[in-house]
Amino acid sequence: MSKVDLKVKVWRGAQEGEFIEYLVPRNPHQTVLDVVTYIQRKLDPTLSYRFACRVGMCGSCAMTVNGVARWTCRTHVSKIVKGDSLEIAPLNNLPVIKDLATDMREFFNKWKGAVGFFKGSQTRHEDFAKIEPSSKERQLANAGIECIGCGVCYASCEVVESRPNYLGPAALNRAWTLSNDVRDIQQLERQRAIAGDAGCHACHTQGSCTERCPKGIEPTASIAGLKKLVARSAVRGAKWGKL
Amino acid sequence: MSKEMCFEGVLQAKLWYAQRISAMILGICVSIHLAIIFYAIRGGLTAQEILGRTQGNLLFALFYEIFVLACFVHAPIGMANILQETFPKLSFAKPISWVLALLILLLGSSAVIGIYSGGIL
Repeated sequence: MSKVDLKVKVWRGAQEGEFIEYLVPRNPHQTVLDVVTYIQRKLDPTLSYRFACRVGMCGSCAMTVNGVARWTCRTHVSKIVKGDSLEIAPLNNLPVIKDLATDMREFFNKWKGAVGFFKGSQTRHEDFAKIEPSSKERQLANAGIECIGCGVCYASCEVVESRPNYLGPAALNRAWTLSNDVRDIQQLERQRAIAGDAGCHACHTQGSCTERCPKGIEPTASIAGLKKLVARSAVRGAKWGKL
Repeated sequence: MSKEMCFEGVLQAKLWYAQRISAMILGICVSIHLAIIFYAIRGGLTAQEILGRTQGNLLFALFYEIFVLACFVHAPIGMANILQETFPKLSFAKPISWVLALLILLLGSSAVIGIYSGGIL
């Protein structure tokens, strides 16, 4: 490990702003979030950023590090440092509130727009629904269920960049897991919401979301699944009826 | 969600399906077409030779008409998507794609008639 301090350029400002360089001592097993926290605690307390769990569960701390969107709490500096330099910026494709904190309202509103929420038909007074863990639907849902909502896929997606009304990989991945939830009763409503140019059909299958997802989820595959599902519903009708 | 948006979404889903199916047909047609080309160019290529194979041959005419129909469905949908994405504020994607579709259908079908009839029609 190098004894030389890290030269860390950090975005300061909102939409308009500039990179300011800080010198941060290197530590073994140091994460990018450690670096940002050091700057805020020791060098400049006015730095704004967002984090919560520090262990890769909450999805709060994603930032653009050396040009790539990453979860900073689980990203070791040694794995991505270029020489002794780091450049830390807020996530792409989201408005910047201040410094490294972005406004994620639109990101989460799009989950709502994709009917990315569960609605069942049973009440708490009824017995648990029994879902066979090895059933095809459950397996498909499992493949995408571990999303932590960090926004890395959304920030990495070039379609989101060029087409601001596109729902994006995270919202569509959630729509796919719910499409495979046999208890959910909003299937056709969801399919209407995600069909078309602002939905799954806008995906170019470039796969940046899949490449960058820190949880190893494949939103590209989920979106491909949605395209097939929606097409089947539109042309022939699926088990929930015809679109 | 408005009714128009919903209709547009379902239409997109149907077009996507049509494009996938036509892509499958095109995949087969292009492979056969290439194989015929490789076979046909052995020892040079002349118009007589081509017409000798295709003139009055209903199987050839049918094959190439299916090829034309698959192009007629496939290419304009892709073109409309590209235009829509490249020029989102303009609304000429659909008319241009319809023109392209009709051109493919007319020119392609007339070529099929040409090789079948040997240019008599």
